[in-house]
Amino acid sequence: MAAITQDNHGLRLIMRYVVLTLIAIIFMFPLVFMVMSSFKPDLQLLRDTSSIRAFLPVGDLSFDNYRDASSRVPIGTFVFNSVLVTGVTVLLSLLACSLAAFSFVFLNWKGRDVLLSIILATLIVPFETIAIPLLLLVSQMPWIGLEGFQVGWLNTYRVQIIPWIADGLTIFLFVQYFKDLPRDLIEASRVEGASWLQIYLKVVMPLAGPVIATAAILKFLVMYNQYLWPLIVVQQETYRPVMVGLQYFFQLNTAWGEIMAYLTIITVPVLAFYLVLQRAFIASIASTGVKG
Amino acid sequence: MASKLTTSNRAGWAFALPGFGLIALFIVVPFFFAFYLSLTNQRLISPNPTEFVGLENYRNLLSISVLSIEPEVDETGALIRDADGNLAYPRVRTFTRDNPDYPQYAGMREWFRWHSGDTAKVVVATDVVFWKSLRNTLMFVLVVAPVQGALALGLALLINQKLRGINIYRAIYFMPVVVSIVVVSLLWRFLYAEEGLLNSILSAFSFGLFEGRDWLGDENTALGAIKAMSIWQAVGFHMVIWLSGLQTISPTLYEAASIEGASKWQTFRYVTWPGLRNTAVLVLIVITMQAFALFAQIDVMTNGGPLDSTTTVVFQAVERGYGKQDISGGSAISVILFLLVLSISLIQRYLTREK
Repeated sequence: MAAITQDNHGLRLIMRYVVLTLIAIIFMFPLVFMVMSSFKPDLQLLRDTSSIRAFLPVGDLSFDNYRDASSRVPIGTFVFNSVLVTGVTVLLSLLACSLAAFSFVFLNWKGRDVLLSIILATLIVPFETIAIPLLLLVSQMPWIGLEGFQVGWLNTYRVQIIPWIADGLTIFLFVQYFKDLPRDLIEASRVEGASWLQIYLKVVMPLAGPVIATAAILKFLVMYNQYLWPLIVVQQETYRPVMVGLQYFFQLNTAWGEIMAYLTIITVPVLAFYLVLQRAFIASIASTGVKG
Repeated sequence: MASKLTTSNRAGWAFALPGFGLIALFIVVPFFFAFYLSLTNQRLISPNPTEFVGLENYRNLLSISVLSIEPEVDETGALIRDADGNLAYPRVRTFTRDNPDYPQYAGMREWFRWHSGDTAKVVVATDVVFWKSLRNTLMFVLVVAPVQGALALGLALLINQKLRGINIYRAIYFMPVVVSIVVVSLLWRFLYAEEGLLNSILSAFSFGLFEGRDWLGDENTALGAIKAMSIWQAVGFHMVIWLSGLQTISPTLYEAASIEGASKWQTFRYVTWPGLRNTAVLVLIVITMQAFALFAQIDVMTNGGPLDSTTTVVFQAVERGYGKQDISGGSAISVILFLLVLSISLIQRYLTREK
């Protein structure tokens, strides 16, 4: 009797793993296909797509696609631009949004509730629908930089960074998280004579680890994967980010092997980074995701 | 609760200003700018000065009506039938082009038709493509929001077991979320191609009965293919949100259910689901918003085709505003989309309010 239940239990366990693994295959196969194809010549790549060979490192494998792709587009420049734009935006976003949320949650001031409602209302405006008015706006916007006074933000880093710093979602995440922090702590520091800036820096932010991680991850994904906005505001190669670089591969005859190599170059580092940190990654999103 | 300690207008404004100022300048102002532009005839580059045209852009987009067409009759009054026995109808364009008897249909085109007895009811609209984009977007939201939400919950329940190595599976299910939708869309073009993998799999499983098709090139399957891919890409994210909801449910509730001898379904129905209320609201709202913004997949995979079967409201807004430089028309579409999303989120909020 005991042996039978044991077997039954073992079988069910195996079935569970089979189901889990089948689903895992569904989520992985396009990415496996991408990496494998990046090593194959075009003819073989296209022939392989109709069979299981598409996912296997078989046939005539080489790094030719990587060589050709990097001679077609300045990959280094594009990656540098993406990393710069993403990094700067994420940092400034964490700063501006956490400061605002701090003020909304812990401070009482005139106009607070109205401003917060306006910010939350922007959550239902898809970016694509304001892209063109924003384009008209930034094309006329003044700027004072090292070169002096200028009009127009097109073809710059700032046009890819500044409009993306503050957003409703990031502020919302911080607000939700701050609401659960003990208010006594803040009032006590206040009684002891700490300034608001000190409370923000020394009391609140050190407790905000999970929400900082979540906000940073979500912003990183949005920024690194930018497509439409840089497409319309950046015409100069020097300032282009990685996703726009894809455009280069669709001229005249499409070189699929090179595309796969390019996709692999821009995707795999992010995936690897994610897989190394996946525990913290998912745990932080889960911990800040839902509050009533 | 407004304690003196925490009241400070100066500090309050100073801390909120960078974040709020940037949002006001780069989201709120462009939004109202779009609203203004939608009332003009602004184009990106135009020799003519911009004029205020009132609601004309909206009229052009939204004008729609139903035209009843009687079948043709011969001199004796008998219905004319063609060789297959079908009734013959006058062409729609006899009503919509230069017909002084029907000024209300001027410039409209046929969207679709149905028959009521012998009469053909033809739905005509000034901007048929826009109406198709509206229909496609709503169909996308109506399918993707519930299906993706439910699949994500299923995955969350599956991944919430205590099994060795479960973290690896969780990480893999979340993986597509990390990849750009542009990259994902490009990859799936291969899978959906006529010589692609999906056809080979279906053909193998049906022992050759299934004939390959070009999933994205067929107007009957293109939008469905994009729905499936979009769910595949984003479901992992919502799985994590559900998972966080699941983990807030107290284990003692499950113990109690198991002592009472509740079945798996009963446990889910009376313990798990009530505990997920807030999560469900969040997931539903987030998926709906994302679904309304459908753009990149269309841009990369189909460009709205074939025969406008995959065009969406956002795609039309961008295509007209940027592609065709018709800024006022694109802006009017943006405003309509905003009003649509706003009313749906108000309805959702009302339906899911705390009772």
